[in-house]
Amino acid sequence: MLVNRKLILAHFWLAFAVFGIALTLGAWQMFIRSPIGTWLSNPELYYRSLTAHGTVMGYVFPTLVAMGFGYAISEAALQQRLVGVRWAWAGFWLIVAGSVMAVIPIALGRASVLYTFYPPLIGNVFYYLGVVLVVVGSWIWVALMSVNLRVWRKAHPGAPVPLAMFANVAGSYLWAWTAVGAALELLLQIIPVAAGLKSTIDAGLARVLFSWTLHAIVYFWLMPTYIAYYTIVPRAIGGRVYSDSMARISFILFLVVAMPIGMHHTFADPQVGAGFKFIHSAFTALVALPTLLTVFTICASVEIAARLRGGRGLFGWIRALPWDNPMMLALAFSFVMLGFGGAGGLINMSYQLDASIHNTQWITGHFHLIFGGAIVIMYFAIAYDLWPHLTGRELIDLRLIRTQLWLWFVGMIVTTFPWHWVGILGMPRRMAYFDFGDPAIAPQALSVTFSAIGGFILLASGILFIVILARGMRAPRADAGPYQFALAVHQPTTVPVALNTHGLWVALMIALTLTNYGYPILTLALSEGTSVPAVYVGAQ
Amino acid sequence: MSTEQAHGSAEVAARVERRWATIAVIIIVMMALLAAFAGIHRATMPQPRVETIDPARLHLSGEFVESNLGSVLEANGNVTVRAIGQQYSFTPACILVPADTPITLRATSADVVHGILIQGTNVNTMLVPGYISEQPMRFARTGDYLMPCQEFCSFGHEGMWGKVKVIDKAEFAGRAKGGGRLSCVGQ
Repeated sequence: MLVNRKLILAHFWLAFAVFGIALTLGAWQMFIRSPIGTWLSNPELYYRSLTAHGTVMGYVFPTLVAMGFGYAISEAALQQRLVGVRWAWAGFWLIVAGSVMAVIPIALGRASVLYTFYPPLIGNVFYYLGVVLVVVGSWIWVALMSVNLRVWRKAHPGAPVPLAMFANVAGSYLWAWTAVGAALELLLQIIPVAAGLKSTIDAGLARVLFSWTLHAIVYFWLMPTYIAYYTIVPRAIGGRVYSDSMARISFILFLVVAMPIGMHHTFADPQVGAGFKFIHSAFTALVALPTLLTVFTICASVEIAARLRGGRGLFGWIRALPWDNPMMLALAFSFVMLGFGGAGGLINMSYQLDASIHNTQWITGHFHLIFGGAIVIMYFAIAYDLWPHLTGRELIDLRLIRTQLWLWFVGMIVTTFPWHWVGILGMPRRMAYFDFGDPAIAPQALSVTFSAIGGFILLASGILFIVILARGMRAPRADAGPYQFALAVHQPTTVPVALNTHGLWVALMIALTLTNYGYPILTLALSEGTSVPAVYVGAQ
Repeated sequence: MSTEQAHGSAEVAARVERRWATIAVIIIVMMALLAAFAGIHRATMPQPRVETIDPARLHLSGEFVESNLGSVLEANGNVTVRAIGQQYSFTPACILVPADTPITLRATSADVVHGILIQGTNVNTMLVPGYISEQPMRFARTGDYLMPCQEFCSFGHEGMWGKVKVIDKAEFAGRAKGGGRLSCVGQ
């Protein structure tokens, strides 16, 4: 039951429109810093573009997808009209206003500080205020998800919350708490300096506060993808979810352990001691657990589909899968990229190995493979799956959809594999150009060229994606029926309270964050003489 | 399917699932133990101590005044290298060190966040203004290494490349005889 289709479509369309712009900037960046581009006479243009690309891809695009998908889940899984539609629109318009407010100073070159802010570099205050508005808009969504679940619970006392909604609300709580770190950094540290009220800032403290947001935000990006793995894929390929409780446990684990691990981004930093670095490293290892559980459950669910279709043998069932189904294809691509990206992630979080690749192009390769690859390809799949229900029209051209998914997968591999490689060779991140004439850098030229070609393949795929969705708005009308989520092999009739509510887990999430972040943050905040003069970016 | 069969298959499913969860937990515990072992036994770990310094007064007094930057041969035969990063260069821009010698790199930033990365090695640390970064290093072979700034430090970041020159141990000792701070700037 999707009633507020316009609201959901607005979120998706805005998400994919800004995605298209940021993707184009990304492809240009890949090209201009590669040997096939010519050196920019003004390198600042590169950082301008990079700030826009990161801000849109990190803060605006995935947030809008999570919100739009969240509203769809709330209506379809709970079978209940969305409560608070006006608030939802207010949240949407806040994001529009925030994005515009942030993009103007970026475009003018007044906020080329990258989406990770990097104080004591300080850009125009409206850039930061814009980002704050985007986050505030998304917090309205968090509140609405909670309210809608509460309304449903009142009408269905004791009933198991549908898995999709349980996960969706877990994801929204994760985001609410994740964003607090960057919010503290912005409100207490950066904005007072950017507004001219202060002229010094503690860069070490800012880095720790940002790490609070920077890692867990990835799990917020991941949530729609995992929800699709569990609640859309098995239905779309004619299977069943292997285990409903294991799915709930995975989402709970993400909620609890995605948070207190962000300091693995600061292994190489001088402002945090080794003890907390180790604790965060160990907790990061723990966050592999829900992914390992998910890989098992989803593979088992897919096998069920294959055996229902007559698949036989230890591995022979793989051939029986509906490979012409875009959802099947997207899942397979997503898993391959998740596998490689996850393995790379284990290296990044390693207390020892991190030093070999920290802040090299390996890291950029890694998160493009995980986020741009494994996660975003499922955003495509979610859009394809929801589109007929949102537009009331059929997406006819499955071949075009398959081509788009193939292009994205191939493009992502061609882009990110050489990217990882030059990282191992020690190529630093975020540089507008490289002197490929230097004999020590020349061996990286070929790899960087491959990455740039991959970037254009991705751009082609992104354009195709938008074309497919736009054509879907004008296709012949067809009733897609009610939107349904996958059923479990053993559909739960009762669920233990712990697996049906979030309270305990939210409390644990907050408690673990406080134990893992409280002491380092307090020590840094209370230490004297660590505030340094701000360095303003762009013409003042 | 009868209820009994359904019950049985649910149990099989749960058992397989538990087995996999156990394997996953073992993998994770092993990883954490390995990291702890390597950290404690081999002393390979990120910088353990936190030291602060006022970046606005670096050039006036203390460890990072200009005359104290560069490499110095300590009495025990080890080498200490002191360097600073600022928009958009390192001082010294070329670091001179001996091969096969325990070296301590001590560095900080005079303005914004920078990073030091020596290509072809795992020497890699952040320079955060207000704090001192310390990293042990040791070069097995002589040669020239590139040392880019690995963190975005504003519009000239792409031009911030330093160098490390590793020379023979005896040659370094010879040059260090006169005292003072060594570097390979201009060589």
